[in-house]
Amino acid sequence: MAEYTLRVRRQKPEADDRGPAGPYWEEFEVELDPTLSVLDGLLQAKDRQDGSLGVRCSCRAAICGSCGVKINGQSTLACLTQIGEAQERANRLARETDAGADGDGDGNQPIVVEPMGNMPVIKDLVTDMESTHWKKIRRVTPWLIDDGNPPERERIVPPETMVDITQTIACIQCGACVSSCLSMEADPDFIGPAALAKAYRFVGDPRDVDTEARLNDLAQDPHGIYDCTHCFSCVDACPKGVAPMDQIMRLRRLAGHDHDIDDRNNGRRHETAFVKIIEKKGTLDESLLLQESYAQGIKGKLKPSKAAIKGLLGSLPTAIRGIKTGKMRSLPKLIPGIHPKLPGDAQDHVKRIYKHAEEHREELNLYISGVEDDEPAEVGASAETTVENAEERRDS
Amino acid sequence: MGIISKVHPVRSHSNAAQGGINAALNPGDTWESHAFDTVKGSDYLGDQDAIEVMCREAPEEILHLEHLGVPFHRNEEGKLGTRAFGGASQARTFYVADITGQAIMHVLYEQLMKYSDLIDRYEEYFTTALAIDDDGNCVGAVTRNVRDGSMELFEAKNVILATGGNGQIWKPTTNALICTGDGIAMAYRAGAPLMDMEMIQYHPTTLAGKGFLITEGARGEGAHLLNAKGERFMEKYAPNKMELASRDVVSRAEQTEINEGRGFPDGTVALDITVVPKKRIHEALREIVLVGRDFAGVDITREPIRIKPGNHYTMGGVKTDVNGATSIPGLYAAGECACVSVHGGNRLGANSLLDTLIFGRRAGAHAADRAKRIDWSRPSRAILADEEAKIGEIMKRERATGRRISEIKHELGTTMDKYVAVFRDEEGLTKALETVRRLKEEAKTAYIDDRGTVFNQDILGALELSFMLDSAECTCIAALHRTESRGAQYRTDYPERNDEEWLKHITLTLDGDEPKIGYAPVTITQWQPAERKY
Repeated sequence: MAEYTLRVRRQKPEADDRGPAGPYWEEFEVELDPTLSVLDGLLQAKDRQDGSLGVRCSCRAAICGSCGVKINGQSTLACLTQIGEAQERANRLARETDAGADGDGDGNQPIVVEPMGNMPVIKDLVTDMESTHWKKIRRVTPWLIDDGNPPERERIVPPETMVDITQTIACIQCGACVSSCLSMEADPDFIGPAALAKAYRFVGDPRDVDTEARLNDLAQDPHGIYDCTHCFSCVDACPKGVAPMDQIMRLRRLAGHDHDIDDRNNGRRHETAFVKIIEKKGTLDESLLLQESYAQGIKGKLKPSKAAIKGLLGSLPTAIRGIKTGKMRSLPKLIPGIHPKLPGDAQDHVKRIYKHAEEHREELNLYISGVEDDEPAEVGASAETTVENAEERRDS
Repeated sequence: MGIISKVHPVRSHSNAAQGGINAALNPGDTWESHAFDTVKGSDYLGDQDAIEVMCREAPEEILHLEHLGVPFHRNEEGKLGTRAFGGASQARTFYVADITGQAIMHVLYEQLMKYSDLIDRYEEYFTTALAIDDDGNCVGAVTRNVRDGSMELFEAKNVILATGGNGQIWKPTTNALICTGDGIAMAYRAGAPLMDMEMIQYHPTTLAGKGFLITEGARGEGAHLLNAKGERFMEKYAPNKMELASRDVVSRAEQTEINEGRGFPDGTVALDITVVPKKRIHEALREIVLVGRDFAGVDITREPIRIKPGNHYTMGGVKTDVNGATSIPGLYAAGECACVSVHGGNRLGANSLLDTLIFGRRAGAHAADRAKRIDWSRPSRAILADEEAKIGEIMKRERATGRRISEIKHELGTTMDKYVAVFRDEEGLTKALETVRRLKEEAKTAYIDDRGTVFNQDILGALELSFMLDSAECTCIAALHRTESRGAQYRTDYPERNDEEWLKHITLTLDGDEPKIGYAPVTITQWQPAERKY
């Protein structure tokens, strides 16, 4: 047993004699085993101190997806986070910031629990998932579209395809990825990690006949697959290993590469340009990225298409903003042609990586871990080590 | 048509059904074989006509789910593959890794989204009572909208309860916090008989303390049970089926090992999954890898994990016929809240999803047909006022008057787990019943903190507690009354099965304030009761 302080971001949904509606912080002291969860801590506070503390929860075992929250800033499930680990993280974060430097960070810091991000709060830790998460899920036509002619028996499909989509079926719709999504913070209309992972569940399903239309839809939507900035937040947040970003990248490969979908967001061309530049130079030549994205290979050509010119001009404000804010630091680097290649034979290494990647299009998957038995397991080892202790027990 | 659910539907507890769903679909398997295994598993208390219906219709149900998009595991030919499960004479369990229930429920929710113009969804609406008209028909239900606290009377020609089990009466339990037996208690209060309420399944492999479930699929994949001496003790109890004997048998064996001092000091035995090839573990038991890692700090691919029998499932529930119809016209029940009875004294693993799906569909079809034949009957608005008054009264209670809801829940749970568990006797059951009755009184004055309208979970907790106490009382009474050992009911003071006196169901019907005991015959079609050996 240990004592913890939970610092909870509460939201009073309605005014009453205790005060007006609105958000506030409240600290709860709880006492429990470090291997129990932050949810157990919240429920203890609710059971013993304040029954009005709002938090959705049901299974306590990371299956139902109810208790998505932010703990010390990280989107996750409250039931899946051990309170002892949350305490260590809270202390570490404090040490890394000013509080620690001032010498206040020696003792235990409060564990901060907040409602999920990118969603309106209804009450305390309860968010409105309907108007955000579920609306986005419905956006991707989330049901199987078959050929309308089911066979008498089951559909025969390659076994690995079912294993493959099981990774996205493993999604429990908790919203942690949506909460953590940086793209959605910038563009609330972004379809987002959960819904796009759900989309892959159908695109990757050989029983679904609408693959091309689904891919085209998601590629053409300005808030679709090319809106993801590849930041990995959703991969970190996902409690079930769905790795939504990976699913988005697979959708991109399928759309841009396999189905040759030329999207109006310039997403595919931008990606192709990026990949091509790295292949040639090893690091990103920003002077080429824009023009290569909009009109591949225009360098040296006199007549780029109107669309390309329009696209390039349209990007100018962004480029200027980048220069102003210091994101593009070195002005000379914007002059085409002077970006250096990698030194020595490093560029050859990069090319070899490319060659390998092209020859081996591996789709890593939770359920196809690729791990064979690496060593003989020690069968029954720990069962044997505690035989002596068993002798002591005669009470039940 | 509308679906009313106190949580978002995908949060429901069918999520937790890990291992799979049974059906005699493969060539060489027969529905009769599946039915016999189920009858034997039930310790001959299951109604064989209902079991026949379930097992005959099972293959069609699997194919229907496959066509809707459930990504069932395939064999090398790309056809549906199976795994072995407890109490079954053949490998006939179809599965999606170890998230079968989750996969099925999410696919069914996809269908709800697809047909949203036909089916309204009332998500986060808590049902407080059933509406019964003057002629005794069920004509609707009263709900509280969790989002804003508003009360509403839904009018319906038929109401189908699909409210799940009541495992929260026990602590610990594998069941989710929402499994408080609301539907069972509401039907009971409306006058419908409950049946087989003494038959409570303790699952052989749950995590000590936390109660989390480790799927029977682990043993289906070949995992062993070991006592603290490292012995595969099932040799003594079920030499043929070993770890895959039916659940009541395995749980009793484990508890015997533990009680006789061959368990670990923390009151557990070990489940050794390391004998299953690692690649197979990752592919087929992924969830258990996570449960081991996240909740027990154990890498199940490298070391055994400590487990014990834990509360898991209620075989009993609202008595229905094979169409899900209860004794109240217009009221149906399906799934764990219902008792058809296909599980009798003990449910086989991977038969619960099947029971839910088969009798859910049959109840729906029967109710739809009935709706076409009958006229509307309006419920009296008085019930809405009654329910509002009930909630108003709880809200007004002062702190000084009584105990906290959570305290009562805790005492109920630990009491039931102590006395109404794997082994039972008259003394313990009597204590349990006395405690439940005292808690029922205390619940009448228990207070809550939250007086608000928006997402007031406190008031819902108070309502759930009263539902739980009704179920618990029925379970204690039925367990005390059945003076024999059959299936999950093992009476140390009556250790033998007694077909002469007890080859019958116990029913409980609300009479005044207390349940009245009655009996229902067990339907036997082609399998005469025989000694049960695994």
